[in-house]
Order: sequence, then C-alpha cells, then structure tokens
Amino acid sequence: MSKFIKRFYLFLVYGFLYAPIIVLIIFSFNEGRTRGSWDGFSLIWYKKLFSDKEILSAVYHTFLVASITTVVSTIIGVLGAIGISPYRKKLRAAILGINQIPVLNPDIVMAVGLMVLYRILGLDFGLVTLILAHIAFTVPYVVLSVLPKLKQMPSSLPEAAMDLGATPSQTLTKVIIPYIKPGIFSGALMAFTLSIDDFVISFFTTGNGIETVSTLVFSMARRGINPEINALSAIMFIIVLFLLVLMNLRTEKVT
Amino acid sequence: MRSFKKAATPYFIWALLFIVISLLMVLYYAFTGESGNFSTENFVRFFAGSSLGTLWRSLKIAFFTTLICLVVGYPLAYAISRLEARYRTLAIMLIMVPMWMNFLLRTYAWVTILSKNGVINSFLRYIGAAELDLLYREGAVILGMVYNFLPFMVLPIFTVIDKMDEGLIEAAADLGCNKLMTFIKVIFPLSLPGVASGISMVFIPAISTFEITTLLGGNKTNLIGNVIEQQFTVTGDWHYGSAMSVVLMVFLLFSLIFTRGEDEMGTGSVTSTAEVDRE
Amino acid sequence: MATQIELRNIEKSFGDHQVLNQINLEIEEDEFLTILGPSGCGKTTILRLIGGFETPDSGEVIFDDKDITQVPAYLRPVNTLFQKYSLFPHLNVYDNVAFGLRIKKVPEAEIKPRVDEMLGLVNLKGFEKRWVDSLSGGQQQRIAMARALINRPEVLLLDEPLGALDLKLRKDMQVELKRIQRELGITFVFVTHDQEEALTLSDRIIVLNEGIIQQIGSPLDIYNEPINAFVADFIGESNILEGIMHKNYDVSFSGKHFVCVDEDFYPNEAVDVVIRPEDVEIVSVEKGTLQGEVLSCLFMGVHYEMRIATSAEIYLVHSTIPRSIGEPVGLCVEPDNIHIMRKGEVEGDEEL
Repeated sequence: MSKFIKRFYLFLVYGFLYAPIIVLIIFSFNEGRTRGSWDGFSLIWYKKLFSDKEILSAVYHTFLVASITTVVSTIIGVLGAIGISPYRKKLRAAILGINQIPVLNPDIVMAVGLMVLYRILGLDFGLVTLILAHIAFTVPYVVLSVLPKLKQMPSSLPEAAMDLGATPSQTLTKVIIPYIKPGIFSGALMAFTLSIDDFVISFFTTGNGIETVSTLVFSMARRGINPEINALSAIMFIIVLFLLVLMNLRTEKVT
Repeated sequence: MRSFKKAATPYFIWALLFIVISLLMVLYYAFTGESGNFSTENFVRFFAGSSLGTLWRSLKIAFFTTLICLVVGYPLAYAISRLEARYRTLAIMLIMVPMWMNFLLRTYAWVTILSKNGVINSFLRYIGAAELDLLYREGAVILGMVYNFLPFMVLPIFTVIDKMDEGLIEAAADLGCNKLMTFIKVIFPLSLPGVASGISMVFIPAISTFEITTLLGGNKTNLIGNVIEQQFTVTGDWHYGSAMSVVLMVFLLFSLIFTRGEDEMGTGSVTSTAEVDRE
Repeated sequence: MATQIELRNIEKSFGDHQVLNQINLEIEEDEFLTILGPSGCGKTTILRLIGGFETPDSGEVIFDDKDITQVPAYLRPVNTLFQKYSLFPHLNVYDNVAFGLRIKKVPEAEIKPRVDEMLGLVNLKGFEKRWVDSLSGGQQQRIAMARALINRPEVLLLDEPLGALDLKLRKDMQVELKRIQRELGITFVFVTHDQEEALTLSDRIIVLNEGIIQQIGSPLDIYNEPINAFVADFIGESNILEGIMHKNYDVSFSGKHFVCVDEDFYPNEAVDVVIRPEDVEIVSVEKGTLQGEVLSCLFMGVHYEMRIATSAEIYLVHSTIPRSIGEPVGLCVEPDNIHIMRKGEVEGDEEL
C-alpha cells in the first residue's frame, strides 16, 4: 500500500513538472493559432520558425553569448581557483565569501549592479555588455566546481612534476589541468547552461535590439505569443534530451 | 603551488570590478538623489509609500512558495533516495531535465494550460462544467514559482539524504528504532543542512522574481521585483531602484543568517547541484 | 669521497614554530645518508629544502660548491621519491615514467629503451599500459622510483617511502632500495622515523630532534655510542638511568657504585647512564651487583624480553634463557657496556 502511495506521489509530481512541456510540444503541432483548442495536426509553425528572422537571430545570439561566456568564464574561473588555492586559509575564505555574493544575491540585484556599473563606465548597452554580464555571473560557479577537485589533489603532485623538471607552466598544463579536468568540465557545463537559461541579467544588460531567446519570449508574452515559439521549445527540448542521453551513455561506458 | 598565485589576477580584476565596485555603486546610487548629494530620501520614500505593501506581498508569496516547495519537495527527495540505484539516477535526472529548457518558455506553457481558452477550461467546457478563472491571480504566480523552484528544494535535500551513511540507519534499527523512529531521530535531523540550503535557494529567487509575476500574474500582482524593474526600464529612477535593491539584499542577508548555521555560506547548495550534475 | 651537498646554518620557521635550528651538515657523494627522527622533528623539511620545495629563512644550500638556495625545484639535479608516491593518476605507467624525459624534450626513440631499462630495474616489466590506480602500494612505489631515477639524478631524496607499506613488503623494498643504490652508485638521502630501517640501510645516520641535529655517525657508532639519552632511547630499546659520575671510572646508579670506562667529567656530575637490554647479564642473586625480581617474561622470537624490578628501577633485559615470574635474580653489567652521557649534549658540542 505504502509503495502504491509512493508511486502515485512520484507520478503526480513528475506529472506537474512535465505537464507544461508536454502541452508545449503538443501545441507546437497544432494547426490553429489559439491556445487550448486543437485544430488539427500540422508542421506549419516549424516551417514558419525557420523563416522568422527575429526568432532565429535570438537563437543565434543566445548561443553566441553562451559560447563566448563559457570559454572566457572557464579560463578566468579555472585560473582563479588555481591561483587562490595556495593562499592561507583565512584569506581564501574571504575571497570565497566575495565569490559567493553573485551566487546568493538575487539575480535582479546583480543585474542592477551591472547596469549601474556600465552607466558609470559609459558603456553602450548591447552585445558587449550582454556578454560581459554573462561572464560576470558565471565565473563564481566555475570557481566553485573546480575548487573541490583542487582540494582533492595532493600538494605533492605538482611538486612531483616540478621535481621531474617541469616548469610551473608545464606543471599547470601537464599535471594540474588534467587532474582537475572533471571539475573544469562540470564548471564549463554549468556556465553554458546558466548563460543559455538566463533571463533577468540579460534583460537588464542588453540593448541595441539584441535579443536572446529569453528576452524575446518575455517581450512576446506581453504582445501575445507566437506558436513558433512552441516549435522552438520542442526542438530545444529534444536536443537537450538527446545530449543528456548521449552524455549518460558516454559516462556509463567510462565507468 | 605558490608559483600559481599570479594565475588568479584576471579573477581578482573580475571580482573587484563586477562584484565589489558594482555593489558599491548600487549603494552609492541608493544613498544619493538626482542631484548626487547624500540623502536617505529613497529609503524614506520606500517605507512611507505603497511600495511597503508590495514588499509585504512579496514576502508573503515567497514564504508560501518556499513552504509549498518544502512540503512537496521533502517527501519527493526522500522517496527518490529510497528507490533502487538505477531508478534513483533516472528519477533525479528527470528532476533536472526541465531545468535545461528555457524557463520562460516552460512558465509560459502554464498560460496555455490555465488561460480562459486553455487546456483546463477547454476540458471543463467539454465535460460541461463551469469555467474557472485561474490565470492572472496570486495563485497562478505561486504555482509558477513552485513549478520553477521545486528542483532547487529537491536537489540539495536529496544529495544530503543520498550521501547519508547507510550504517547510521542500520545502527538506529539495531538500537531498536522502527522505520518511523529512524526517520524522526536520525534521517530528518541529518538532512537539515539540505533543507536549509533548499530554503535559501527557493526563497531568494522567489522574493526577487519579476518575470514569473509578469507572465502569470498579468499586471494585477505586483511584487518588489516588478517595482525595481519598472524603476530601471520605465520610470528611469535608478536611485530609487537601487535603494529597493539594497532592501532586497538586506532580506537576503537575513535569510542567510537564518540558514547559515546549517550550511556554511550556502556553498553546499551550489556544490551539491554540481555533484548531482555529474552523476 | 667528496662533499656533494652542504647545508650551512639553516634556520626555518613556519609561523611561530621553529622547525629547523642551526642545521649544518654535509652529504658525501654516493653515500646512503639517513635522516632519522620522530615525526615533527623537521626531517622532511630538510629534504624539501634540498629538493627546492622550501626556502630557508636563513642559511645556504650548497650543491657541488654552488649556492642553490634560490634555485627552483625544476632546475635542481635531484629527484624525490614522495611519501604518498604521487604518481600522476591521469597517465599510465609508461607515461608516468617517461614524464621527466618528455619535459626535457628527449626524443621518443630514446625514451622507450630508457623506460624499459627502468621498469627492468624495479622489476615491473610488462606494466607499461597499466593505470596507476590498478597497482598495489608496493608496485606504485617502484614506479615512482623508476619515474625519479630515469632522469639520472645525482641525488635521490626519499621521504619515508616505505611508511605506507606493510611489514613484509617493507623488508623486501629495503633490500631493493639498497641494491638499486649500489647498482646506480648515486647519493640517496633517506628520511624515516623507523630506527631499524635506518640502521639496516644507511652508510651514515643523522639523528634529528626538535629541529636540532643530535648526532651524526655510522649506524654502528650511533647504536653503540649514543651521544645523549634521546638518541639512546630512540635507537633501540635502552635502560636510561639517573647517575652520578663521582670520579674517573666510577659511576653510581640504582644505589650502587659501578666501574666504567669514561673519564673527564666534573666531580660528582649528574649524568644519564644508558645500558642496552642485551648488555644486562642475569646471574645468581649472590653474584649480582644488583638484586631484583622477574616481573614479566615474553618470548620475542630470538630472545626473551624480561622486566626485572630492583629496589630502585625496573630494568629491561634481553636474554636467551627464560626465567620464571617472581624468581629472584642478580644483575651485573660489564664496565664497557655502561654508557655515560652528559645531560643534553648534542652533535658538535665537544668542539666548543
């Protein structure tokens, strides 16, 4: 009996979590424009999606920003984590306290801070400010993913490399980075997903007509959503699912 | 490792500019008026005006959202942790998969479900029942928040319970605890750090969101996040907006003090999701 | 033999804690030198100073007459065998061993035979493709040795390399270490807290305590002529007794006068008297200088270990003949088996 209750409960919650996604996917194949009523199967919104310049440019910007952000944040964050780990405990704790601020601060406060900063620096809002903002809020997550791996690494490992004649930069590339690779990978993945998924910070720091998928959905929601967006979500969901299955298969092979 | 200290230079520049200086600038804006002189007028205006009511409503909604997430999420995390290993990985994966899809799109899908011509009402019409007015009210906003933030509650709690030493549970059984007593005396107290980080991970975005309110609350439910947003995008009163951001940060500080004893600086929350990510 | 490494007036502190105090020592070419001391005595710090992982607060590290105090680790012609092996977990055995040569940009064609040679030296041929975490502790240690030795260092520094191995394996590795050192003819500087290991392997031993060199000498010297009570106690088991040196060749302890072979003390100077357990003879009650009663008798494999209570002290005695508990016995000690030590004397004091 309790097993039945447990299963039923899990079913209910997962139903709640997946209901909107299922509705989205179903209605992406709806012929009509109205939400809620089914007017027959059609691929019209998929066809329209691929000729809608506004949506395509938002998708392009989303991936452009996420890619640049991932690369730059990962470099800054990994080097930062490596650089702060030899500091004394108290100083390191203080640095990590500051690192924690963007993680804990409400997004809107971070966004407001960036807006004010940009205005004082005299920057024009657009693609550059958007990318800078994404780098700004993803770096701490990279640091947090890499630090535990670094802590796990025995200090004698880089020492062994130097003992064998490796210069500090060779030690970094040949020993430290290969050792912390899983942390770097999960940090990069986190930066990428956070950037793709972000709305609040993008909303405040973009300008000049540069839209990401999130900001576009938000502005569309105000003037009535275009069912092409449903088609876009369905495609994105399938891609994510595909990537996850692929990654799971790969990790299963490794272990 | 000493020779690597220099590697952190770009990181320090980043932290200085984007965290320290930008927050100081928000403070500076909050404590100055249009003229640039020091003044507390922004705060006086905030606590005297209608915004105070908005703040109360935000607190109330954030509180209920957190409570519902806890009540729904804890049993869920516990049930998942008791599943067989292969179902457990799948179940936790299924919690995270929706998070990889743009959350505005997912939130917007609720409009499709709840609206006047939406899925629920179409169904009600079909069976001949009376239509319900579901969208654009506080309930819809709370629903949207619970929907978005539930994983933030489930994941840290799950991580803590999942990592719990099986030996402790066996020891409790050995010392005469039945299943319920084991849960009350051992599992629940040990899972509190996860609960604490779950609470702060839900409460903080819940009190500051403006996008969920805009999508599901129409213009009827204004929260503090919406007011801040309007200051920066519509009204253009950045000083007043900054002051409200400072007020929001103060609430963040309170919620951290409340949960900090259980979870050092909330680091557990982030690393625990990172760990789940890797599974 | 020529001096290869010299430490001059080394001082080192970590925070308020002084780890090394006025360390002066010379390491000869091709010798097996052991730095022996309890944990926290500063022995690993000396090794890290030579390896280049620490710099002294003051003093110099000289290598072949050149001051290398500030030279970074990767430019020093020494290699280290780390306590926890520190093999690179992301590389297989072959790549671990080849690491140093690849850093030096040695052509792959030359690396291959040298790796083979090294794996042969440590008896692990055929392990090239294995991952390091699939190896046992002893195998990992051998790979670490191959990885260090392939660079043909002039000096190998070994930081308690056998500490994590079980007893049987440790004995095998001791023999192995000595063989490899003789075969290659290079200097080994070995750090350990295990006195038996030090006595077995070393040409010379440095006994260190609380950052101060207590004694330097051959294993035989240190065992037979410990300079002070600490060394006597640390190197093997000893009876250490409070005594008074009345005049030349006349010492008293346990309430009795004994003839000894020491001279040049102040009249009636308080001294430490050290007697090895195997040097205490058990005789009949009448013949003994001291009288006592057997408290315990344990069979230790080669000998029996007995605790014998006299009126003043309990003596530790090793003998091949067991006595029954409670049996009254007599004890005596030959004059040259009584070692008299000035209180608190350390290496170098005599010269002052």
